[in-house]
Amino acid sequence: MAEVPAAGRRFRETALGQHLGQLLRDQLGLLGLVLVLLVVLSALFAGWIAPYDPLKIYAGPRLAPPSWEHWFGTDHLGRDILSRVIAGGQVALQVAAATIAAALTLGIALGLLAGYGPEWLDNLLLLLFDAVRSFPVIIFALAVVTLLGPSLYTVILVVTISSVPIYARIVRTQTQAMKHNEFILAERAMGAGPLRILGVHILPNVVGPLLILASMDVPLVIAVEAGLSFLGMGVRPPTPSWGTILNDGYNYIRNSPWPVIAGGIPIVVVTLGFTFLGEALRDIFDPKLRKDL
Amino acid sequence: MAGAASPPESAAEGSVLEVSGLSLDFGSPRGRIHALRNVSLSVPRGRIVGVVGESGCGKSSLAYAIMGLLAANGEVTDGRLLFEGRDLLKLDQRELRAIRGQRLSMVFQDPMTALNPVRRIGELMTDIQYRSGRSPAEMRRRATEMLERVGIPDAESRLAAYPHHFSGGMRQRICIAMALLVEPALLIADEPTTALDATLEVQIVHLLKNLQRELGCSVLFVSHHLGTVAELCDDVVVMYAGEVVESGPVREIFHRPSHPYTQALFACDPGRIKQATRNLPTIPGELPDLVEPPSGCIFKDRCPERFEPCDRLKPPAYAAGEGHRAACHLLSPCRPLGSGPAGEGAR
Amino acid sequence: MWIYFGRRLILAILVVVIAVTLLNAMLHLVPGDPAVMILGPRATPELIEAFRVRMGLDQPFHVQMATFFWRLLQGDMGTDVFTGRSVAAIVLEQLPFTLTLIAVSILWAAALGIPLGCFSAIRRNSLLDKVTGLLSVSVISIPAFVMALYALLIFAVELKWLPAIGAGEGFLDSLEHLILPAFTVGVSWVGYMARIVRASMLEVLGETHVRMARAFGLTERRIVFGYALPIAILPTVTLLGVGVAYLVSAAVFAEVIFARPGVGALIVEAVDSRNYPIVLGCVLVTTALFVLATLVSDLVNALLDPRARESL
Repeated sequence: MAEVPAAGRRFRETALGQHLGQLLRDQLGLLGLVLVLLVVLSALFAGWIAPYDPLKIYAGPRLAPPSWEHWFGTDHLGRDILSRVIAGGQVALQVAAATIAAALTLGIALGLLAGYGPEWLDNLLLLLFDAVRSFPVIIFALAVVTLLGPSLYTVILVVTISSVPIYARIVRTQTQAMKHNEFILAERAMGAGPLRILGVHILPNVVGPLLILASMDVPLVIAVEAGLSFLGMGVRPPTPSWGTILNDGYNYIRNSPWPVIAGGIPIVVVTLGFTFLGEALRDIFDPKLRKDL
Repeated sequence: MAGAASPPESAAEGSVLEVSGLSLDFGSPRGRIHALRNVSLSVPRGRIVGVVGESGCGKSSLAYAIMGLLAANGEVTDGRLLFEGRDLLKLDQRELRAIRGQRLSMVFQDPMTALNPVRRIGELMTDIQYRSGRSPAEMRRRATEMLERVGIPDAESRLAAYPHHFSGGMRQRICIAMALLVEPALLIADEPTTALDATLEVQIVHLLKNLQRELGCSVLFVSHHLGTVAELCDDVVVMYAGEVVESGPVREIFHRPSHPYTQALFACDPGRIKQATRNLPTIPGELPDLVEPPSGCIFKDRCPERFEPCDRLKPPAYAAGEGHRAACHLLSPCRPLGSGPAGEGAR
Repeated sequence: MWIYFGRRLILAILVVVIAVTLLNAMLHLVPGDPAVMILGPRATPELIEAFRVRMGLDQPFHVQMATFFWRLLQGDMGTDVFTGRSVAAIVLEQLPFTLTLIAVSILWAAALGIPLGCFSAIRRNSLLDKVTGLLSVSVISIPAFVMALYALLIFAVELKWLPAIGAGEGFLDSLEHLILPAFTVGVSWVGYMARIVRASMLEVLGETHVRMARAFGLTERRIVFGYALPIAILPTVTLLGVGVAYLVSAAVFAEVIFARPGVGALIVEAVDSRNYPIVLGCVLVTTALFVLATLVSDLVNALLDPRARESL
């Protein structure tokens, strides 16, 4: 792959074309792609799409069922739920993007460090990874929230920490496999620095699995964000999050079912969307990769 | 092979198994692999028939096809598998199951994976007698007896052991004990000694031969090892790239191999090379692509004796001796005398 | 095998120690006085000082940690800031509710998921297999608390078939109160199990010993349940141990949404009131639960597999 970059790139381009075709033929993958695009686009163009101000309290009906004016109804303060759901999508995707970017960066760095560094460092990092993973995410998050207080940043921090081991392990395994590769030993003998070897030989090999894992990690991140916000330990009101919409709805569940129904739908849509997409990508690019729990 | 001059189609008398015109495809991403093409052979009652050939010649597929245990992508496209007068290919799953493990049984290639790792030997051996109507105690007694016969010491107490307690050779003995415990009319042995080392191989072959004599069953013995076949078998079928190229009694085949492929096979057999040579000879060339098998003779591309008709015509099975047939144009009765089959070692 | 367990146990203890130390260190690293953080902004200076002394917060960090672990070894997880009761007593009081919920959830999930996985593997690519596959992915990815809210909405609020809140009293009533929470906690595990069992079943069914069993004319039912399942089940057992940790997360939401008592409800309440000792106690108990579950599943795995059993 790396030996002949030009040929490699040409191959990858044609392969990519084939893979896209495959993805479009995979019905569930296509459905996933459509759902993901739906949520992403509505978040990107929230300002144009949202019919009302998600924060503004209107004098109109409270806890109203869906109508032509309010497609998803209104909440206990008379706010338009559809507008809040769209704004909540922005929050969810921001958290997801920030978390995955941070977790990928940290995961790659730590994975390379574990794989390339001395053995004691490897063992220490593995122990840390195990430590992080032996906490249920929510319990861990709650503990951290106690310390740092509820906020968007706490959520990002917690989910980042709990996602890092997944990425780091993959990078570590690949790095260790490559470390003793004759080709790389030869490069090292010719004086190539570790950074060059990492950048040129190891990263290109793990990018595929990492992106698939990231795609499958998105629903998890969004679920944790919404879950914590639901418990009142994530995004603070009045900022709309799917979790806070659900929490408001939960408090008035005996008065009106609509806020709960409306707040849950986007979470179902986005988690299913990313999961279907991720599974399709995995089947196409890397059938052997299994996400270990 | 059974009747000297009679064609195999009408030789059902006295045969346990009669394979005729069997063709078999495997689906693959490249297209259909025609793994067996028009294979015919018969296993006479009470005899041991060896099937030899290089790996990839289809001999194991033949064994699995007879058992009805082909992989999901395998499909018999033509032919008949007459077993005790009934065509196995026409039976449904239930009828097939009634035959398997009662009239027909099998010993597998790798004894390390053939026994279920979480069941005791005793359980495995009583499980397979489930249709016999015997009492559990009787089933265990028979299991013990059979284990003793295949040479497992202290057999009774070993019934409680798990497969991983035994070495590879011992496990293959257990597999043979299981296969013979059901008193089959035909035992199919798919390279039962390939996974074992040489000393064990000899022991297993002797064991099979003795037990076969005592029990009087027929055996279809699949192997790529000529020495083993010579030692054990009464008749030999030589296969190449999914076709039968030569068949006959073991003495005929070993003393007067008539097909160039059989001759080449002997030339490469380390046990038969008389002079000490530096390099082990191999047959030059590669197996033909079975997605699109070449027309004419299947062996032509690697054959040292290739001549004009080989490209055009598929050679029929010409008589080459007493019960001995070979599919080679060199044997055609129309060929002028004097340029007959090349003898052994003619190179 | 015992050496293996010993190593696992030591690793587990190390993990707990590191985790607790990290949590405590964070408490000290974040700006502000831990005592103020724990007691809240309205506490008087005298109260804070008294609390600092009582909790040992006036001592250096490493002494605090040493004291903490020393007390932990004696089963003392500290005292509740507000009531003055022992944290261990408070947490252990709630633990049975959570354990019951998790156990019932995992049992029904296994009872449904394992056969579904088996049949999906046997009838590969059938309608059943495809539907199971699709449903599995769906229930795995939809978060438990969304499931819980919808279940509450449909079965308790709208249809009024099942009670919405509390744990109930008496056996039958408790059981009735368990149905919805156990459904929401377990449902994603039906999916997990179906998928794992299907995958390992397909693998086992392709092994030679299954072919051999077929060659002896054993019935398909006997081959699947007697010969293949005992082997195919092993990865699932391992997964179950890890699964407990994930079930605890789901249990937190189920307990909050269905207003059930339990460790999950306790920790949420404690976080709300910044009751740090209780939070730490809950974290310790759930981590211990996770470690214990992993060990037990390893042990069960070894008991089910004769090859591993003998090395015990």
